[in-house]
Order: sequence, then structure tokens, then C-alpha cells
Amino acid sequence: MADTNDSNNSNNSPGNHSSGNGNAIEIRDLVVDYGPRRILNNLNLDIPAGKINVIMGRSGAGKSTLLRCILGLKKPTSGSIRMLGTELTTATPHEVNSLRKQMGVAFQGGALFSSMTVGENIQLALREHTNLDESTIRIMTRIKLDMVNMLPFENLMPSELSGGMTKRAALARATIMDPKLLFFDEPSSGLDPITAAELDELILLLKQGMNMTIVVVTHELESAFKIADKISIMHGGEFLVMGGPDDIRACQDPIVQSLLHRTPRESRVDTDAHLRALVNGEIEPGASGNIE
Amino acid sequence: MIKLLENLGSTVLGGIEQTGRTFNLLLIVLWEIVHSPYKFYPIVRQIYFIGARSMSLIIISGVTIGMVMGLQFYNILERFGSVNLLGAGVALGVIRELGPVITALMVVGRAGSSMCAELGIMRITEQVDALECMAISPVKFLVAPKVIAGLISVPLLTAVFNFVALFGGYFVGVVMFNVPEGSYMNGMIDAVEWDDVQLSLVKSLIFGVLVTLISCAKGFYMHLSKAGSQGAEGVSFVTTDAVVASSIAVLFSDFLIGALMQ
Repeated sequence: MADTNDSNNSNNSPGNHSSGNGNAIEIRDLVVDYGPRRILNNLNLDIPAGKINVIMGRSGAGKSTLLRCILGLKKPTSGSIRMLGTELTTATPHEVNSLRKQMGVAFQGGALFSSMTVGENIQLALREHTNLDESTIRIMTRIKLDMVNMLPFENLMPSELSGGMTKRAALARATIMDPKLLFFDEPSSGLDPITAAELDELILLLKQGMNMTIVVVTHELESAFKIADKISIMHGGEFLVMGGPDDIRACQDPIVQSLLHRTPRESRVDTDAHLRALVNGEIEPGASGNIE
Repeated sequence: MIKLLENLGSTVLGGIEQTGRTFNLLLIVLWEIVHSPYKFYPIVRQIYFIGARSMSLIIISGVTIGMVMGLQFYNILERFGSVNLLGAGVALGVIRELGPVITALMVVGRAGSSMCAELGIMRITEQVDALECMAISPVKFLVAPKVIAGLISVPLLTAVFNFVALFGGYFVGVVMFNVPEGSYMNGMIDAVEWDDVQLSLVKSLIFGVLVTLISCAKGFYMHLSKAGSQGAEGVSFVTTDAVVASSIAVLFSDFLIGALMQ
């Protein structure tokens, strides 16, 4: 059965980078407000080490805000995020940087530095954080480029890459330091089905080959069910349901079902009445809008 | 009326907030300069961008301003029969005032706008976030080299501007209006003192930091402003804002420095 509370999710074999109880990341009572709007509402989540964890939900569910909190790019209003044994919300900048050296992030648009070649983008973290000699840096860069099938494109600029190539280059950059944690923000969005499937294979390969804890934020159903060990579905700033792919498929929650079967929201039957209400100002702008 | 006051208050508060952010960025830049081992290549690259690539613009504007000053001073001094003071007038005007100010304004237009747009685009395409996630300080990596390059480039550009402007004045006075070369050169040498050169240097150093810092702050903190959610239009808005704010800061600080160093 799918869990609505994640505390009993301890049947996963811990990787070598858990915080002692098999979880790489533990989130407790996380609240994020933007002004008067509550974006994340008392979230609790355990992300088991060495597994692929997919966070799904509709646009505006709070997925990206949650990811930004986990990456330390957004300070939560309250709550706790414990990552690899370090409390992120109270960590010093030095501790945050130590954590960040153990994680890689592949952003939705790639976020490659436009003034650098693909190779230079991938080498950047090595150059900044290690004292490796030039030949070692070049070899490591080529290994990572080969891993994502981008070896012939080392000297291209990001503007010369296609969407799929950009995502693969971003993945190579994210893994250059062999991180313990790897984050993907919408890895398949905007890609053709074949490229998306190749990227899914790469993610699976990374998990098997490097025993990484992988967190994927997506709303691509096919991709999520293919790669996930655990899926957490968000709605309205809260987790609706968590569990393995089969648990999620079996979940009878109407919102989960509508998400899985791509069912649109119930259409308004009385269009005239709705228009009249809009004209008369009975429906406030943003009253039913997204929260993200 | 209340709406007008609200708008005024909001504008003033926004201005204070932006000034605070810019000052905060300056402190972080200073911290990074003092505490981090520095790589010289990014600084050299920025010096090339701000300094070398602005050179033609500075030479053209310097010669033109020098010629205009020569022409105007000649017309005025001729009425009083004092054309032998032409060299002194042009030299003092250029070195004390126009050299640093026009150079800074040219750098604002050519490099400042570009730096702001670059950082703004990096912010909205998550490149700044990517740096943070790689445990690389975006201020150290992106902003500090630009500010250091501004500190080095603007005084050098000012020196070039001063030199070519004096040449422009010489061309108009000596070549076009037949002012005796000796009186032009001697008037210039007698009138200009070390204090005038020092004033020019101090102004250009301060303008170099101001221009790069304000331009960088506008782009770097774009996400915190109203323009942050407007994408490409937001970048254009903050870039315009950076040019306006930098230009006003240059003109106002020119007055302040001039008054303090009288």
C-alpha cells in the first residue's frame, strides 16, 4: 500500500552515504511561505540512500520550491532538512558548501555557462575544488562526456547544442565530482521520446554503477514509473501519497488517478453563469490559481 | 493624493533597498578579494572587455570632446584677448572634470549595460544557481573580477581620454586657429598641478568601482526586483535601470569628490 506517512519507509537497503537510518535526506515539518501564500505546508519526507526518488505533481504543486529548499537555494519559513547527517537550515555557509560538494544538480534548462565550451563547463568544479593536474582533469572530463555520449562535442559552445545534448552535458557536469546525491529538475521535459528514454537509461545506469541517491522532480509519468524506486506525489504544497510505482498505480485517490490518467479538471457546465460571475467581480483574480 | 504618496514612498523604499543591496555586494566582493586565492585569468579577461574593447570609443570621444573644448574656449578667450590661456583651459577642464566623467559614462554605456544584462540572463537561466550548487561563490566567480577590472581599467581609460582630448584641443587651437604652439604648451604645463592629476585619478578609481558595482548589482539581484519574474523584458528593464543609476551615481559623486577635494 502507498504510504501517506513516510516514517515506515525503512525497508530500503541503505547506501554508503546515509545519515544512519538509511535516509540520505530527511525533511520534517517543512513550511515555505511567499508573503501571505503558503507554498509548502508541513512537509515530511524521507529520501532513502542509494535509490531513485521521484517527486511528482501538477504544475504549481510546490515541487520546484521543495527542490530549491533541498538545494539550499531557498530558506524555508520553518522546519528541518537533514542532508547526509547535516541540518541544512541551520548550517554555516562552510557546511552548506561541504554538502554541495557532495551533490550534483542537473537543472531543467541545463544552466550551462554560455561563455564556456561544454568541456570547460564540465571541468569547472574540478578546477575550483581540486588540485588535479591538467591531464587528469582532461581525462576525467572525457570519461564523463563519454558516459553521456557527448565526447565529440567537447569543444562546442552551449548555444550550439540541441535540447537533449544540453541535458546530457548538464548531467556530465553534475556528476564530475562523483557526488553522493544527484538532483534532476524535469530531466525529460522538452525532449523527444527517444532522447527522454536514453536519459532515463542514463539515470538508471548512474544509480547502478555509482550507487548514487537520485532525486528527480518531474511530471513525466512514463519516465517516473520507469526509473523510480519511490514516488512521492505532491498536491497543494503537501504530499498526497508516497510509495513504490506499483503502490502509486494502485492508489485510488481521485487526484492521483486524475494525474495518472491525465484527466482534465471537471469542466464548467454553465459557461454563461461563470462569465457573468467573472464580469460582476464575484470571482477574484488568483482565487483558484496555482500556488507556485 | 494618497496614491501619489504611496507611489513616492514605494519608490523611495525601493531606492533605499537597492542601495543597501549594492553596498552589501561591495562588502561581499571585498570579503572575497581578501579571503580567497585569486585566479588572474578572469580578471585579465574582464580588463580586456572593459578596457581594451572600450579603447576605440574612448579615443574617438576624447578627441571630439577635446576639439569641442578647444573651439569653445578659443571663441571665449579671443573676446578677452587671452588665447594664450587656451592650453591651460582645455587641460584643466579635461583633467579635472571631463576626462573622468565622460570616460565613466562611456564605460557605463558600453560595458556596464553589457555586464548587467549578462548577469541578469545568468540569473534567469539558473546559471547563478548552478554555481551556488557547485559550491562556487557566484560573487567571487562573476562579480569580483568585473569590479577589480573596473578599478584597473577606468583610470587607464581616463588617462588615454585625457591625452587624446589634449591632443584634440591642440589640433583646434594650434593647427586650426594658429595659436602659438609654445604658449599653448607652456600654458598647459604651468596650469596643471599634481593635485589636478590626483583629483582625476581619485575620481576615475571611484567611478570604476561605482559603475561596475551598480551594473553588476542590478543584474545579479535581478530576481529580487519587480523585473525578476519578467524574463527577457525584465533583463531589458534592469539594464536600462543600471545605466540610469550608474550615470546618476557618477555625476553625483563627481560633485561630491570635487567638493571634498577642493
